[in-house]
Amino acid sequence: MTDPCNIDRRDDLTHRIDAMRRGETTATDRLEASLTAIDRRNDELNAYHETLEDTARAVASEIDGRIARGEEARPLAGAILAVKDNICTTEGRTTCSSRMLENYRSPFDATVIRRLRDAGAILVGKTNLDEFAMGSGSEHCAWGPVRNPWATDRVPGGSSGGSAAAVAADLCDAALGSDTGGSIRQPAALCGVVGLKPTYGRISRYGLVAFGSSLDQIGPICRSVRDASLLYSVMAGVDPHDATTAELEVESWNESMRPAPDQLRIGIPREQRNAEHHPGVSEMFERAIDRLEAAGTSIVELDLPLTDQGISTYYVIAPAEASSNLGRYDGIRYGHRAKPMPGEGLEELYARTRTEGFGPEVRRRIMLGTYVLSAGYYDAYYKRALQVRRLIREEYDRAFEQCDLLLGPTTPGPAFRIGAERDPVSEYLNDVYTVNANIAGIPALSIPAGSTEVDGVGLPIGVHLQAPPFAESRLFGAGSTIESILAD
Amino acid sequence: MRDPIATATLRIMDQNDSTESAGTTLSHEDIVKVARLSRLKLDEEALEAARTDLSAILGHVARIREVDVEDVAPMPRPLDTVNRLAEDEPGPTLDRSVVLDLAPVTEGDFIAVPKVLGEGGA
Repeated sequence: MTDPCNIDRRDDLTHRIDAMRRGETTATDRLEASLTAIDRRNDELNAYHETLEDTARAVASEIDGRIARGEEARPLAGAILAVKDNICTTEGRTTCSSRMLENYRSPFDATVIRRLRDAGAILVGKTNLDEFAMGSGSEHCAWGPVRNPWATDRVPGGSSGGSAAAVAADLCDAALGSDTGGSIRQPAALCGVVGLKPTYGRISRYGLVAFGSSLDQIGPICRSVRDASLLYSVMAGVDPHDATTAELEVESWNESMRPAPDQLRIGIPREQRNAEHHPGVSEMFERAIDRLEAAGTSIVELDLPLTDQGISTYYVIAPAEASSNLGRYDGIRYGHRAKPMPGEGLEELYARTRTEGFGPEVRRRIMLGTYVLSAGYYDAYYKRALQVRRLIREEYDRAFEQCDLLLGPTTPGPAFRIGAERDPVSEYLNDVYTVNANIAGIPALSIPAGSTEVDGVGLPIGVHLQAPPFAESRLFGAGSTIESILAD
Repeated sequence: MRDPIATATLRIMDQNDSTESAGTTLSHEDIVKVARLSRLKLDEEALEAARTDLSAILGHVARIREVDVEDVAPMPRPLDTVNRLAEDEPGPTLDRSVVLDLAPVTEGDFIAVPKVLGEGGA
């Protein structure tokens, strides 16, 4: 039976680029089709903040000319990409879904944007997100929530929900997201697409609006694993503008390097296998394990006892770093400034500006971060979280002595309803399986694993593959193998 | 309506919960101080909502106290990367007018702010 949430992974970006090279279609025709699709569906999905059609049309036309003249050899020529609206682009605005940056126009391109443009990509638009990337449902947005294309009364996940929804609804070939605690992988899982969070230091964050600087990574959201590898290969590598980028050569990967299933040694954390998930998640995860075993993959059960310490650790480190990073929004140099009041001093202006500019979730995290860093609490929260972080990292190191990769569910449940009553803690727990990869800096990939029926509607489920630092090639190889095992 | 999926998520975390989270209740005074340090101006209702939310989050976060961290060095970055210094050479910078155009209020070549002198120092 065909999965109701299955997108055709053979009709992916890699395939579409080949089709343009062969002259079967043109960048201009494809761009017009994308713009028409966005026009038709965006009122409902709210995935895009804006399209960048003028530049996009000019670039598409230029690429078509180069292809016609036989001059086009760039790896992403004619790729139609959407960009999460917390990544700086010189066209359009970069709002972070915040009133604070409602009219902000970046005077520079992020490094990843520059690299994608140089590789021939067409940037079609900026996508909606949770304000400053803080959220798991793309509901905390200044201009309304994003809707899941498979069930429009449900969230697409977050915070890169606009990017994931745009890829799932085929409103672009692929999209960029950012991932601080699961913000690429969780929405990819909930929308039935592929999402990659690379190793910390692998892709430049220059031009990514900072949230948690020891956690943030930019990564692709795509229709297939090979597409993720293609975008990764263009974006990865050292950047003089980001001192945290690693001076390690980026390995190239292609599908011919895909391992046979019986060459894989996959670790399954007992804490994730035995947890009480939504039944659809357990079913799809067990199905994935069964299929891998049937294909000859060696499955190793192991323990990651600190799995459920991840959220607690993350909700100290991430808000602490956010409270510091968001200190820059004071209404002086750029962004929103509150209307002046007679006799008001600078401190008062800062406070009114920030209270008007930030939404409730961002204010909550700034206060949480400020609290855990304040005198008297620093050791009990921040320092301790950094110690637990090292233990989480060491736990991964030990796990990767027993297996090549770890496999688990990406999320504990499928997409939840928009506007459902939730306290902050229960929303945060959506990221229970994804945050530890950020805490430890390791690369991780979410792959579609099927769907589950909830209230008569099929909702996508993802599986989560984690690898040691800088082992993205291993992730692409195993991911591609698992992708085809699960899709058949 | 409580969302059953969100509630299921919550149960996963609670099933291995051997110890009740140590109570972390912020006082009104605490939250007023945190709001001030955060440079936020909240009314009483917003302060109370923040106090409730932060207390609940910190109650969950408190489980990190269960982990034995004796002799464990804090890890501020996920990888033990070494700081890299750039060559001290001037490179291209943004034009002054481009930067000034981003500012909400300017006067000539300056960014304008309210008077800061004579406030007695905050």
